[in-house]
Amino acid sequence: MSSHVTGAEPQSSVPRRLLRALAGVVFVALLAAPLGMRHFSAEDDAGAVASASVALERYGFALEEVSQAAGIDFTHRPPELDAKLRAIMPVVAAYGASVAVGDFDRDGWQDLYVTTSAVDGRNALYRNAGDGRFEDVAARLGVADLNARDMGVSMGAVWGDYDNDGYEDLFVYKWGRPELLHNDGGRGFTRVSDGLGLPSWINANTAVWFDFDSDGWLDLFVGCFYPASVDLWHLPNTRVMPESFEYAQDGGRNYLLRNRGDGSFEEVGESMGFRTTRWTLAAAAADVDHDGDPDLFVANDFGVNELYVNESGRRFREVGRESGLARTPKSGMNASFGDAFNRGEWTLYVSNISEPGVLIHGNDLWVPTHEAGAAPDYRNIAGALGVELAGFAFGAQFGDLNNDGWLDLYVTNGYVSGETRDSYWYDYAMVTSGHRNIIADADNWPAMRGRSLSGYQQDRVWLNRGGHRFRDVTRAVGVANAEDGRAVAFVDLWNRGVLDAVVANQRGPLLVHRTTATPQHGWVEFELEGTRSNRSAIGAEVRLYAAGQVQLRQVEGGNGFAAQNQRRLHYGLGPAPAIDSVVVRWPSGVAQTVLAPAVNTLHTLTEPE
Amino acid sequence: MRYDRRLTSPLLITLILIGAHWSFGMLRGYEAVALAVASTVATELALRRLLTGQSPQLVSAYISGISISILVRSPMLWPYALGAVLSVMSKYVLRAKGRHIWNPTNFGICALLFLAPFAVAPLSVQWGNNLWPMLVIWGVGLIAVGQAKRAHITLAYVAAFFIFALVRSQITGSSYAAEVAPITGPMYQLFALFMITDPKTTVSSTWGAVAVAVVIAFVEMLFRLAEVIYAPFYALFFVGPVALLIELKWRAGSSARHQESPPPLPVER
Repeated sequence: MSSHVTGAEPQSSVPRRLLRALAGVVFVALLAAPLGMRHFSAEDDAGAVASASVALERYGFALEEVSQAAGIDFTHRPPELDAKLRAIMPVVAAYGASVAVGDFDRDGWQDLYVTTSAVDGRNALYRNAGDGRFEDVAARLGVADLNARDMGVSMGAVWGDYDNDGYEDLFVYKWGRPELLHNDGGRGFTRVSDGLGLPSWINANTAVWFDFDSDGWLDLFVGCFYPASVDLWHLPNTRVMPESFEYAQDGGRNYLLRNRGDGSFEEVGESMGFRTTRWTLAAAAADVDHDGDPDLFVANDFGVNELYVNESGRRFREVGRESGLARTPKSGMNASFGDAFNRGEWTLYVSNISEPGVLIHGNDLWVPTHEAGAAPDYRNIAGALGVELAGFAFGAQFGDLNNDGWLDLYVTNGYVSGETRDSYWYDYAMVTSGHRNIIADADNWPAMRGRSLSGYQQDRVWLNRGGHRFRDVTRAVGVANAEDGRAVAFVDLWNRGVLDAVVANQRGPLLVHRTTATPQHGWVEFELEGTRSNRSAIGAEVRLYAAGQVQLRQVEGGNGFAAQNQRRLHYGLGPAPAIDSVVVRWPSGVAQTVLAPAVNTLHTLTEPE
Repeated sequence: MRYDRRLTSPLLITLILIGAHWSFGMLRGYEAVALAVASTVATELALRRLLTGQSPQLVSAYISGISISILVRSPMLWPYALGAVLSVMSKYVLRAKGRHIWNPTNFGICALLFLAPFAVAPLSVQWGNNLWPMLVIWGVGLIAVGQAKRAHITLAYVAAFFIFALVRSQITGSSYAAEVAPITGPMYQLFALFMITDPKTTVSSTWGAVAVAVVIAFVEMLFRLAEVIYAPFYALFFVGPVALLIELKWRAGSSARHQESPPPLPVER
């Protein structure tokens, strides 16, 4: 920082004066360089509003927000926590809007379960009537009233058929008592939480169904934010904030519930290698090392993320640092796997905070550089691909919105949109730069007084341009959401062969974006049902070979942030739709090949016995 | 072989960098460090030779490069190069009466924050969550500024910061702990120990330097009351050059009165 040199002035001479003048010109040019870069790199159409027909012609798709027309009227409400936190309540009560897609009644139409987080607030289960309308059947089926002072409030949910009876059951994770709700043949739900083996109170923000030991029964990972000892409605003191904003290790521990196959679960997290107590916000499972069993990525706020390699179901080994995924602490809020480059391998998108001039973590697009069977190794190319700077980013999903055969990206943004647009960032940055004794005590935090913290931020829709770069087309394709976005899920709501986007906003409305994709692009979808594998087929990998390329998808048990996409697998096929073959690798290890399946069709695949 | 005391600062700051990254992964990566250092050194080599004809003094360039790589946070690489080049160039382009008037690193960081906030933020969080990184930085830093006989500047600034934090607390209603929080973080510690003590861009008299440190803290308070997040950098950006210009003018007047050549400033050795 010091400058130990200057030296005497040069001998005056014309060349020296010229050189000095030239240096001045270069200096000014360099000062102007960032402005020029900003200007000339602004090719994106994020802010340019286009008509649907123009968007369809230009990008191959357009989205229209249709929640009201679909009969969906749902607004998330945040929890009102202990009054000791009143001054900074919006920052603390900033989670809980979620969306999980599942066909709970097996009628072939995808349904939506969404959560609110106010005490006495009712979650909703929107049954898809198949005629474009949705009906909230949560109260009638017993999955609405899960938010109460003595049992905590909902943070999210995931569908998974844990007892292989053919109907998707529902796990609701909460800041409070977690709930497992058994699906009784699509006609109702029964609370079976007591068999979970979890503590009676945890502060969870993510859960993922996956069969880690490949025994044919779905297991459950539950990731926690606050420690289980914290009851945010009854605080003995105000020391509930993280001890650091990049190195915190005083969050909640995570849990791994092994499904015994008899309707009960055994908590094996610690013995299986989940021993950290970071502030987990998201998780997703995928077989990153191609050894046939699902590995787990865990996104942590206030610190480094974690990658757990599954060693044949016997234990998990954390390799975040070695793999390159977790060398630098950021603010992990999201975990989404997708084959963004049609290479038949998993790319990982992680959301972080990007607030200009304040905190630029940048989102990560991790691309594997390891060969099959080798130790995981990743490189972040989000900057080069143009998907790094989104905002205060939360949930994100990969999905082929225009059916061109390349996965696009939807990212939600915005932390707290206050009563005013005045920013709380100054106070936030002041406190979070301090020592842990200062940060950790909410009493030290200046009052928010209605101010915003990265509020009123736009969602982002990034179009994948052939795996070379992503283009921001948000406004141009009809997305105008500037609420505090949390979760996004992709689902073919109207069985048209296109992915619609459902967005859950914190303290805001649930938005349903109906997608119109160009009819010039073909598509195909697959619905999988396991026999030897878990019946939901969660973890099944399906590689589609067409036009000299491979597209990899998997059946998911929850990913993104507080979200779960449809289990049904969707593929765009581009302008010359013809499929060579489809190869399924079931979680049991069974391989199945389907030759030249028909396009523009939903296929049902059952695992060979 | 005799030890060159000018190497103390680069050695210590390198030690801080390696220790912090090894312990906490605080850098964007070693490539950012390499790029920043290479940029400062290359710029110094070119400009020093072309504009003064003298041999480059690489210690300063190295320190600027390391400082940029510690204090700048960006997921991209180009800000490290741009900040580094601007830092060194400012020494040769922005001059008054034969000397540069901005602290090079401070200038580079402020330029990035002014012009490229979409890509850059300064270091703003604790390294780890223990006390020992803070103690290491203070220990190492005080050794360095003590050797350079600049400890009075650091101490004056820190004392003024604590007092003005109390004033801010009274005005804003925020807790005193919140107002003093920044100085417990590494960015402030590096700022107070290494940046405002730069011999080349601080006034030469002991009490003058103390006064300038207090003024920097005061202007920083004004920026903070205006909720400018990186108030210390901006305070130094504005106060530092003004103080130097005043000193230069005062010395010129003084030498004219005495009708003799001014003695060389210690900072221009």
